[in-house]
Amino acid sequence: MNDYLEIFNLKKVYPSAKGPQTIVQGFNLKLRKGEFVTVIGHSGCGKSTVLMMVAGLSTITDGGIVLAGKELDGPGPDRGIVFQSPSLLPWMTAKENVMLGIEQVFFTAEKAEREQIAEYYLTVVGLADSMHKKPGELSQGMRQRVGIARAFALKPKMLLLDEPFGMLDSLTRYELQAVLLELWRKNKITAMMVTHDVDEALYLSDRIVCMTDGPEAGIGEIIEVNFPRPRDRKAVMEHPDYYQLRARLIEFLEVHAHKKKPAALAPVSATAVAITA
Amino acid sequence: MKETLRKLDFLLLPLLGAAVITGLWYFSSATWAGDLPNPTKTWTESKPYVLDPFGKRGEMDQGILRFTWLSLILVAKGYSIALILGTPIGFFLGLSKTFTKAFDPIIQILRPVSPLAWLPLGMVFFAKVKGVNISEMAALFTIALCSMWPTVLNTAVGVRAIPTDYMNVARVLKLSRWKTLTKVMIPATLPYMFTGFRLSLGIAWLVIVAAEMLTGRPGVGGFLWQQYNALVYEQIILCILTIGLVGFVLDRLMSVVERRFKTA
Repeated sequence: MNDYLEIFNLKKVYPSAKGPQTIVQGFNLKLRKGEFVTVIGHSGCGKSTVLMMVAGLSTITDGGIVLAGKELDGPGPDRGIVFQSPSLLPWMTAKENVMLGIEQVFFTAEKAEREQIAEYYLTVVGLADSMHKKPGELSQGMRQRVGIARAFALKPKMLLLDEPFGMLDSLTRYELQAVLLELWRKNKITAMMVTHDVDEALYLSDRIVCMTDGPEAGIGEIIEVNFPRPRDRKAVMEHPDYYQLRARLIEFLEVHAHKKKPAALAPVSATAVAITA
Repeated sequence: MKETLRKLDFLLLPLLGAAVITGLWYFSSATWAGDLPNPTKTWTESKPYVLDPFGKRGEMDQGILRFTWLSLILVAKGYSIALILGTPIGFFLGLSKTFTKAFDPIIQILRPVSPLAWLPLGMVFFAKVKGVNISEMAALFTIALCSMWPTVLNTAVGVRAIPTDYMNVARVLKLSRWKTLTKVMIPATLPYMFTGFRLSLGIAWLVIVAAEMLTGRPGVGGFLWQQYNALVYEQIILCILTIGLVGFVLDRLMSVVERRFKTA
């Protein structure tokens, strides 16, 4: 009833030199409206592939995705995306980058109104003084702030975050996590994020989806995170459940994520035998 | 002493280089190349053309800058045609694999053909077209065709090099085709395009001499050829120096423009 985003039996097959390779298989997930869900897993396990399929930037081999009762088909501004690299257009100022999306979504609004929206979100992410600078003049962290402002300014149904803080130093990462959490809370937006940072997942999420390693990656375990909101980093880290949850996540990543590995390796060793024989 | 000399390197060394070449020139004209006028004679005979650079004594007897100006106008026309045709062709090549497969082989074959070969074809092309100056049209045809390729190929490379990230932004925002082109693709390709434009200009200037020689149009190249036929060799060297100097200045100007767009 309450499910806002529904992912059914998602499958992704990439063609490769060794024939088609199944990256993700049997991925089922439902997100409630306003929920913050993090997908965690090892690099290359296919978690970003799942997110890009929700974004519509990667084609779906099999299965389906329904957002707010409508099956998704291709990309669209109803899903705000924050990429790992901020993907700003370097010939436009921060504000022009944000405006590009606003003009697409709020095309009926007056120009002054659209500018107001852009300025509002840039101010909220802390760029009031730098909105007329080009990306080349901004630090990596500031560029990602623009990326976040651009995604929120679209008033999307959903927010998709692909390791958005992966390229930042830890201090900047902490700052931006707080900025993101605050904006998410105020906008009551459904969010799906991909990360491999355990602490980031615990600080931000309502639920953490643990993915097994590819090929044929799927969901291994789903962990509920019930720290009270609004969250404060210090309070979260001092919560009695924090280290237990953290240990569980790390154990999953270290032990259970690999459990499919031997089966996946089997055909490879079989061909090796065939070659020697 | 040594320090001051090193500081003057930028001035002294090129002067030394020029002195060596001038020395060889004197030596050659005095020994094995009897017809080659020596530098002093070249200067005295070229004086009227240099000291009265905009003078006009006859169709083929004009000041050197006046000739240069005529050549530049012709180049500007041909070069504009090259850019107007070359840029969209480059975009099509960069965007469409089918287009590339269809036209890349023929482009690769036409590209190395010398302007001397194109010019007669240009004459044939426009021979039966009424109301045009055949020699001018043939010259423009040759300049445009020969100088187009760097623009075509660099634009194509630039389009292929547009980062997927930028195109993803366009896809997510559902930008229209026109907006994707003007807001994302063209700005992303500009640095490559300008490298092409600069190389094209160099070739256009190179071609002008050949075009003027064969058509006998007034200009630096036409003047050079005429003086050669009239057995007046002094001005050949004047023309060569002028052509080189103008080419150098054009290239510098274009690289200033190019650098402006590099930051984009």
